[in-house]
Amino acid sequence: MGHIKLTNVKKSFGAVDVIHDVNLEIEDGEFVVFVGPSGCGKSTLLRMIAGLDRPTSGDLAIDGKVVNTVPAADRGLAMVFQSYALYPHMSVRQNLAFGLENTRMPKDEIAARIAEAARMLEIEAYLDRRPGQLSGGQRQRVAIGRAIVRRPVAFLLDEPLSNLDAELRGSTRAELAALHARLAATMIYVTHDQVEAMTLADRIVVLRAGRIEQVGTPLDLYNRPANRFVAGFIGSPHMNFLEGTVEAAGPGRSVVALAGGQKLELPSTGMAGARVTLGVRPHHITLGRSESSLSAKLTLVEALGAETVLHADLSGQKILVVAPGQHDLAPGESIDLSLAAAPIHLFD
Amino acid sequence: MSGIVRFLTRRRGGKGWHWTDIVTWAWLIGGLLVMFGPAVWLVGSSFKSPAALAEFPPTILPYVTQKVTVEGYDKPLDLYEATLEDGSTAVLAEVRRIGVVSQMVDPKDPGEIVKVNIAKRTPVREMSFATDNYTEPFTHFDFVRYLWNSVFVTVTATLITLVVNSMAAFALSKYEFRGRTMAMLLILATLMVPLSVIMVPLYSIVSALGLFNNLWGVILPTVATPTGVFILRQYMLTIPDELVDAARMDKASEWQIYWRIILPLTAPALAVLAIFSVVWRWNDFLWPLIVLSRKELYTLQVGLSIYSGELNVQWHFILAMTVVTMIPVVLVFIFLQRFITTGIAGTGLK
Repeated sequence: MGHIKLTNVKKSFGAVDVIHDVNLEIEDGEFVVFVGPSGCGKSTLLRMIAGLDRPTSGDLAIDGKVVNTVPAADRGLAMVFQSYALYPHMSVRQNLAFGLENTRMPKDEIAARIAEAARMLEIEAYLDRRPGQLSGGQRQRVAIGRAIVRRPVAFLLDEPLSNLDAELRGSTRAELAALHARLAATMIYVTHDQVEAMTLADRIVVLRAGRIEQVGTPLDLYNRPANRFVAGFIGSPHMNFLEGTVEAAGPGRSVVALAGGQKLELPSTGMAGARVTLGVRPHHITLGRSESSLSAKLTLVEALGAETVLHADLSGQKILVVAPGQHDLAPGESIDLSLAAAPIHLFD
Repeated sequence: MSGIVRFLTRRRGGKGWHWTDIVTWAWLIGGLLVMFGPAVWLVGSSFKSPAALAEFPPTILPYVTQKVTVEGYDKPLDLYEATLEDGSTAVLAEVRRIGVVSQMVDPKDPGEIVKVNIAKRTPVREMSFATDNYTEPFTHFDFVRYLWNSVFVTVTATLITLVVNSMAAFALSKYEFRGRTMAMLLILATLMVPLSVIMVPLYSIVSALGLFNNLWGVILPTVATPTGVFILRQYMLTIPDELVDAARMDKASEWQIYWRIILPLTAPALAVLAIFSVVWRWNDFLWPLIVLSRKELYTLQVGLSIYSGELNVQWHFILAMTVVTMIPVVLVFIFLQRFITTGIAGTGLK
């Protein structure tokens, strides 16, 4: 049970609108990730679902019941905060028990739940320590544990991994995914890291400036971005955008003149004379001369071993290419780029 | 030990004396004398007899002239070191003084009277602690009664101060409401109003409430302090709001958030306010003097004023009892001083 529905939800702080008419439906058991640059309103949206902030207008329903006026405590949700917000003066055990004690749960039931969560998260060894004596990763587990013991309708996670180092973030991410599979509970996860979004989400909600830009599965967003913002946000390194003008548009075939003069043949584009932006992912560009290849000048070579990231200048436009394997190239050299095999996205 | 020596002899100029070393020592020693001198004088003088107190020049330590019982004289006589006409010195007891001539006898051979000019004799002095100054008030004076009143007022007022001020600070730091800043400014503005300005209206309120001649009349008007609200609010502002949010998600009531989350985390600032409040209430004089007119309700500070009558002031008792009243405050400072420094640094208050 964890079906959450947002209808025309708006939020303004004074005269500033931070959330504009958000409509979203989250199914029971779904892992939904809110992603977007900082300040896009994703945390505000999460806090409104939690009940910590009230929407200015619109309805918020959990399991079919409008909860606009229901206080946070009675919504049956649990939240994991970015700073973990563990009570520093309580032991880990007391931190886990605090929420349960407030519901007047019998003591043995509390102990049983804490034991279960501690086993699940492997925090049994430090149940009697204070949060200040724990490492970042351990605190993070306790914060999740505090949510788990409540057996909430849905979990709300506000950038839970942002305070961990890169290595720990990777492993905790995998654990979170496993936890979701095991609990089969609804989870709403806020992050600005698109890698976390791609790896964890059943569905991603991309937000920008208080508006939903696109909702879809990770691969949906990767393969069929609705607009340039989503295309640029999802995928790493991010998509190349090339400015150009449609020179000739025929049926199933057209020619685009890129800014800088080089020409590119495409299956089909819009009207002749229209200015367009072509989006092409760095992984889809291949190196090598062909009749339709473009010529670019290397500015930087990043050899990562398994792949090489090439920064190049394509007649005044920056272009990024990720070529598999290792290449003996140096900045200043000319390279030929082929976009023949690349799926090309067109944006107006 | 060698560490202390090394610390004390450490100089900025390496081997030589840099001028800042000299200024530092002069400043520190001067400060020590200014700060500590009166306290030492107070403690020393509290052991003096009334006569020794009136002596000029005054001494730090309590000295009295040695007395000796001499055969043939009823009262003990004062001992002097006198320079005799032949230039030798002897310890003699003074029988009586006539003009500038003192008639003295040798305590071992009391038959013969020796006349000595008073300029040629100095008293033989010894240290003597007039502990009567301390014991007497406990028996003749209701010291225990006053002490109890003072302790009751101080403890009760401090507890209420902590609770009331922390509640105000909690609201002013963790709740968003219209006029929050205005409320805070108003509270702070009351710092500018001295007690003497509001004394009369406060008196009529206390009297109208029937709290005149009642210890609660001393306690209640003092419990809401702007300084306390300010110290606690500034400290509570540093407690992350996410903790309050987390507690709300944990189904904590607002009271539980205040009592179980915010208050324990505010402990350092509460300690500071507790120290301040204890010192304030313990040393309060004017307000208790106004409200309390029955002797059995007096606090220590008011009780002490009994010793300064219209015609004579019993300094030896006042000084001794002042030392006694200082003890609790000094103890509070000794044991809680680390909270003062950490807490004051944390609250941004000087």
